[in-house]
Amino acid sequence: MRIEAEGVRARLAGREVLKSFAFTAHPGQLTAVIGPNGAGKSTLLRTIAGLLAPDAGTIRIGDRDFAQWPRADLARVLGYLPQDRIVHWPLSARIVVGLGRLPHRSSAAGESREDTAAIDAAMSSMQVAGLEDRPVTSLSGGERARVLLARVLAQQPRILLADEPAAGLDPAQQLALFQHLTRIAADGCTVVVAVHDLSLAARFCHSIVLVHKGAVVAAGSPAEVLTPAHLAATYGIEARYHVIDGVPVVLPVSVLP
Amino acid sequence: MTAAGADTRMPPSMLLGVLAAVTAASFVLSLLVGPSGFGFGPAGEAGTLIFWEIRLPRAVLGALAGAALGLAGAALQGYLRNPLAEPGLIGVSGGAALGAVLAIHLGLSQAVALALPVGGLAGAAAAMLAVVSLAGMQGGAVTLILAGLAVSAICTALISLALNLSQNPFASVEMVFWLMGSLADRSLTQVWLAAPLILVGLALLLSVGRALDALTLGEDAARSLGVDLSRTRLAIVAGTTLAVGAATAVTGVIGFVGLLVPHVLRPLVGHRPGLLLPVSMLGGATFLLIADVGLRLAQPAVELRIGVLTALIGAPFFVWLVLRTRGELTP
Repeated sequence: MRIEAEGVRARLAGREVLKSFAFTAHPGQLTAVIGPNGAGKSTLLRTIAGLLAPDAGTIRIGDRDFAQWPRADLARVLGYLPQDRIVHWPLSARIVVGLGRLPHRSSAAGESREDTAAIDAAMSSMQVAGLEDRPVTSLSGGERARVLLARVLAQQPRILLADEPAAGLDPAQQLALFQHLTRIAADGCTVVVAVHDLSLAARFCHSIVLVHKGAVVAAGSPAEVLTPAHLAATYGIEARYHVIDGVPVVLPVSVLP
Repeated sequence: MTAAGADTRMPPSMLLGVLAAVTAASFVLSLLVGPSGFGFGPAGEAGTLIFWEIRLPRAVLGALAGAALGLAGAALQGYLRNPLAEPGLIGVSGGAALGAVLAIHLGLSQAVALALPVGGLAGAAAAMLAVVSLAGMQGGAVTLILAGLAVSAICTALISLALNLSQNPFASVEMVFWLMGSLADRSLTQVWLAAPLILVGLALLLSVGRALDALTLGEDAARSLGVDLSRTRLAIVAGTTLAVGAATAVTGVIGFVGLLVPHVLRPLVGHRPGLLLPVSMLGGATFLLIADVGLRLAQPAVELRIGVLTALIGAPFFVWLVLRTRGELTP
């Protein structure tokens, strides 16, 4: 399912965070949203997820305008993974993953056969099947990130918005997480992630959207977007873009005066 | 935190069945026990009168008030995602208490028998309106707690004022006793006044289970799962006002049930806030019924009020909670 946003403006606590934003993401692709802290990455994702009402502009999800999506319908096609990996009660991992089935369930019904199948598939795909009885609060950061990603997968979304899913994970977990995201996109999902690690974005994402001060500075392939000029203008850094053994690497060298 | 594995727990339907049976048994026990002896009262007119006028209202009220307090406690703990939340937190109990105290203070309860519960209901409704207009319908959990605390503080201040200004020692004693909470000597009329409101409140509170489950992942994730947070908040505030407000209007203030019952039962449901709702409703009803039976068995040796008993049980429990939390925080 395609996402198209045009001329989107949004404010947070009175401050305009998104200023006339244009954004497109395609099915089967992993799209990265990058930009300095406070650039508006999270606000962009929250606006597309319908959690923040824009002041102006149009957002289309699939072939329908945003206003024509009832909340309950949207929850069945769009999954949103917040940045904070909050789980307020020590629920077992399986129950947390099962929360992703809420939009597909009528209020009275228990777990249907489709629910069970979706939960099992999501857990084995994220390799957390062995943790199913463990309270989520007792899991390591990487395990918890995988359980929460499995929760969104159990929702069987056609659009997945993840806000800095790799934050706070060690390099092995970051690589594994992005491999998972790549696979999810390959299955036909439209995956949009906010990312801080430019090398991860360069290596795994099909297209990159560079955000600065609430506006899009550049959008396109990693090589087009991650140029020294763009990075100097937005992050204020001198950076190199290298390809080592076929793997693109962005190396920040120094902070520009 | 308790790390109960899924395999060690009963399936939800069985757990609810067992709890419902225990609640029903406690209700029957409550009908059987009293100063006039065990069984359905002495034969003849006196027995019928004791059953219909004394034991039945008491048992029905115990079950309804316990259910209201347990369920509202579980709903508020789930909504605020805080295990220390209780129904009194959003000002409803304070408002009901103030309304009833005013009814006594102004002599209305002397003139009209139902003035006391009606005053309590009016107080609960006024407190809810004050809390909602202070916190707004869109605000977060913290604003709701702060507004509830502010309204409770105002109610407490005005109750003190009423007690302070009371010229009539009998009225003062009546107010103080009412504030302690009791299930004794309530008429069926009072029960019929409160019961429909309590039942509507219970239904509203039971409707938020899915929303509370989703809120485990935070407000944004819950909304992305299709939960309408304003509707949830409205159902919880209105449901608590109706259920706890109406119960308190008839029984007086009964503390700690709403805090203690969901807390004790939470591990049984694997900490699931949605499933905890019906479980706490049944658990609250059972707890209050059994506590009240215990109270009557102790008579006439000790003349205790139910609110005093629940506080006597609840306060040490609170101390235990503090100690356990401290144990968790210090390695």
